Amino acid sequence: MVLATDIQVAQNIGFGIIAAVMVLCAVAVVSARNVVRAALALVMVMAGAAAQYVLLAAEFVAVTQVLVYIGAVMVLFLFGVMLTRAKLGAEADLNNKNWAWGIPVSLLMFVVMAWALVDGFSDTRLGGTVGDAATQDTATISDMIFKPYVLPFWALSFVLLAAVIGAIVLARKD
Amino acid sequence: MLVNEFLLLGAILFCIGVFGVIARKNAVMVLMSIELILNSVNINLLAFDRLHGGSDGNVFALYIIAVAAAEVGVGLAMVLLIYRNRKSISLDDLSEMKG
Repeated sequence: MVLATDIQVAQNIGFGIIAAVMVLCAVAVVSARNVVRAALALVMVMAGAAAQYVLLAAEFVAVTQVLVYIGAVMVLFLFGVMLTRAKLGAEADLNNKNWAWGIPVSLLMFVVMAWALVDGFSDTRLGGTVGDAATQDTATISDMIFKPYVLPFWALSFVLLAAVIGAIVLARKD
Repeated sequence: MLVNEFLLLGAILFCIGVFGVIARKNAVMVLMSIELILNSVNINLLAFDRLHGGSDGNVFALYIIAVAAAEVGVGLAMVLLIYRNRKSISLDDLSEMKG
C-alpha cells in the first residue's frame, strides 16, 4: 500500500530537475566541439552528482565529491587541456572517423541495463524519509573506514603515493 | 523515492560515458568520459547503500573517488608526456602496438 507520505513530491521534483541537467550536461561532455566547454559541462555533471548524493543522505561523500572532483580534478583537466594544445577554440577533429558506432553500442548497453533494472527493482522504495539515516552519518563512516576497511585504506594510501610519484616522474622535463 | 530512479540515472550516465570513450579521439576527452563512468558507479553504490541501510557503500564511494583522482593524475601526466614527444594527443596516432 502506498501512503501519501511515501511519495515525497519535493524530493522527486528535485531529483528530476537535477537528473535532467546532469544528462544534458553529460551529452554535452561527449559531444562538445570545444574542449574547455566539455570540461565545464563535466563540472555541472559533478555538481549534480553531489546534489544526488545529498538526496541519498550521503552528505560526507557529497562534500568529498565537491572538494576532490570540482576542486582538484577539474583544475587538473583544465591544466591538461591548456598544456596540450595552443588554441582553445572549437575544433573539428575531436571524434574518431567511425564515431557513430558508439551510438548503437551504448544504446544496446542501456537497453539491456534498463531492462534488468526495471525487471529487478520495479517498485522498490528507498527506506525511510531522506535525512534521517542514522547509519550514514560521518562518525559511522569514519568508524567503518578505520575499523573493518582499514586495510584497503592503507592500500589506497600507497596507490595515491605511487600515483603522485609516477605523475612527477612522467611529467618532469629531464 | 524509488531506487530505480537513481539506478536508471546511473545507467544513462554510464552509457553516455561509454559512448564518449568509443567516439572521442582526443585523449583528454576520453579521460573525461571515464570520469562520467566512475561517477555513475558512485551514484549506484550510494543508492544501494541507502536501500540496504548500511555504510559500506559510502566507504566504497569514497575509495572510488580517491582511485579516480590517482587515475586522473597519472593519466594526464601520460598525456603530457605523449604530447611532448609527438606534438599530438590524438589516439589514432598511437598505433605502434598494432600488429
